[in-house]
Amino acid sequence: MKTLYDKLWEEHHVTQLESGESLLYIDRHYLHEVTSPQAFEGLSKKNLVPWRLEANIATPDHNVPTIRGNDFNSEQIKDEISKIQVVELDKNCNTFGIKQFDIKSSKQGIVHVIGPELGYTLPGMTIVCGDSHTSTHGALGCLAMGIGTSEVEHVLATQCLKVSKLKNMLVKFEGTPADNVSSKDIVLYFIGLIGTAGGTGYAIEFSGNYIDEISIESRMTICNMAIEAGAKVGLIAPDKTTIEYVREKSFLDKDTLEKAEDYWSDLNTDDGANFDNEIIIDVSKIKPQVTWGTSPEMVVNYDDEIPTALNVSEDNRKNIELARNYMGIHNESKLSDLVFDKVFIGSCTNSRIEDLRQAAEVVKGKTVADNITEAIVVPGSGMVKEQAEMEGLDEVFKNAGFIWRDPGCSMCLGMNPDQLKPYERCASTSNRNFEGRQGYLGRTHLMSPIMAAYTAINGTVGEPS
Amino acid sequence: MKSNSEGLIIDGVVSYIDRDNIDTDQIIPTEYLKSIKKFGYEDYLFDGWRYKDDGKLGVKKEERDINKDFILNNKLYSDSKILLARDNFGCGSSREHAVWALRDFGIKAVIASSFGDIFYNNCFKNGVLPIKLEKNQINELFNIANKEVIRFSIDLQKRIILTSNKDEINFEVDDYLINRIIYGLDDIDITLKEKNKISNFEKSRLETRPWIFVNE
Repeated sequence: MKTLYDKLWEEHHVTQLESGESLLYIDRHYLHEVTSPQAFEGLSKKNLVPWRLEANIATPDHNVPTIRGNDFNSEQIKDEISKIQVVELDKNCNTFGIKQFDIKSSKQGIVHVIGPELGYTLPGMTIVCGDSHTSTHGALGCLAMGIGTSEVEHVLATQCLKVSKLKNMLVKFEGTPADNVSSKDIVLYFIGLIGTAGGTGYAIEFSGNYIDEISIESRMTICNMAIEAGAKVGLIAPDKTTIEYVREKSFLDKDTLEKAEDYWSDLNTDDGANFDNEIIIDVSKIKPQVTWGTSPEMVVNYDDEIPTALNVSEDNRKNIELARNYMGIHNESKLSDLVFDKVFIGSCTNSRIEDLRQAAEVVKGKTVADNITEAIVVPGSGMVKEQAEMEGLDEVFKNAGFIWRDPGCSMCLGMNPDQLKPYERCASTSNRNFEGRQGYLGRTHLMSPIMAAYTAINGTVGEPS
Repeated sequence: MKSNSEGLIIDGVVSYIDRDNIDTDQIIPTEYLKSIKKFGYEDYLFDGWRYKDDGKLGVKKEERDINKDFILNNKLYSDSKILLARDNFGCGSSREHAVWALRDFGIKAVIASSFGDIFYNNCFKNGVLPIKLEKNQINELFNIANKEVIRFSIDLQKRIILTSNKDEINFEVDDYLINRIIYGLDDIDITLKEKNKISNFEKSRLETRPWIFVNE
């Protein structure tokens, strides 16, 4: 009896090397401008070319400005250093012949958003990218993981990844969540429970009736943040929902797709297969989650007390003090006592159409609070942007006082001009609340699109009625 | 790193950062990921803690507002080759720049109770040795390091840390990983020795899973 991870591992296992490591064949390799230049340089120095050109799909996302408008090209990026990196990706893709959805393309976007929506991510694939949030693609039943730049070069050169097998964890989400609780809350709760190192060394399979009932987009949010629990692989077995999603996005011809669907339908964990660790979580008891500190595990129910050094174990005291201090939490006892400055709705975690619909529902007919100096919505891709505009969501946001932007990673990591200023407090739908993540000395509170939208309207954290 | 008759030894002063969850954004902030080079990251290591101002790629440390309280700015530690930290070091982003920054600064080994998976792998590709010890061992090392400047001598082949008091601490690391550092092995060369196997695998995959090979 085998788990889904076992099956994907065996399916892609080329050979075991003398060292004991395995070579896994890589079906799909996504590239972006930040972690690829040194890999392409290495490839050129060795006089190598990509092993299988068609496996590679590239797009610029981390550095791109999100105020672009029509006819914008790489040369127009104002930050000279960012420009070099985006232009370098253009050059490398041209030199090697790699398919790129470049900054001019209507399909450009965050690499983990465009892969699935353009039909390049298919169930059962091995997928890598020089980005830790590659775990996102596990939501379609892929063995997907983030890799470093040396490995990017290795995959380009050999179409294989040299790895050892991970341990395997099963996380079952059971029950029906309360109103205003989305998959972002569920995954934040899970990270709070096991900690940011709780999944280190594991591939985590998510299952349970909650997973069965949610959309692929919601599943992507969960797998996306598996890495925030320490697990570089998060995965969910393909089911009817997956196959319907793929059918809608796929460019495969009917016969090929049918053949693939036969295979995908049986791609799941056998009954009674053994996991190294199993956790069952009742999602009906979970409230909307908001982080208060500088690690995704520093998360509480939105209306709970913020932990103080006095009410935690001795080992954790210093972490709590450092985080409270960085976050500018002194006498405030609850998250609702904190006054926010900015709101960011976007990132590979929460910038898909469903996320924007949920946020728009909250802001419809309302106005951004006076204390919020900037509230931005950054769709994950050109396709998401177009769909949202077709549904009139852009108008809903703009009428409420939000700024509607062009696609990119944006303020999730502030590599482009979208950054927090020192000490600014941000309600963010992204995935990391690390020190300085959204800008030097900026303060990030992670939450769902619903909660971020409400924070924009209310000015402080609370729950929409 | 110097080599002697017994194999590779990392010998140097131990700096320490008493924190859990030091993520790769702290090791090197996003701003410096704009570089397209593989070297030259030494001035940006722990940028947010090492300086009191917001840095930019290309701005040298001489032009920065130095945080004198940060350990690597203390002359006694500025040549440190070994870094001691606590749990989950290198969690977060996959950026290999984090290891490049440690390497370029001169850090050859990081000792912690656990590491982020992707960071851990990246270390071995760049000659930086991550050493996992038990939490109680890490506590003891912090107790000593807090009192005085300590030096370790780490024997890679024997997997032993020799402390200034001549205590020996054993550590475990997979042969295939540490051999990359000891012998400077090139992963691509090794894998390409299997290129026939990869080609054959690919051919059979094209038969059984043709949809993988179709692009728009």
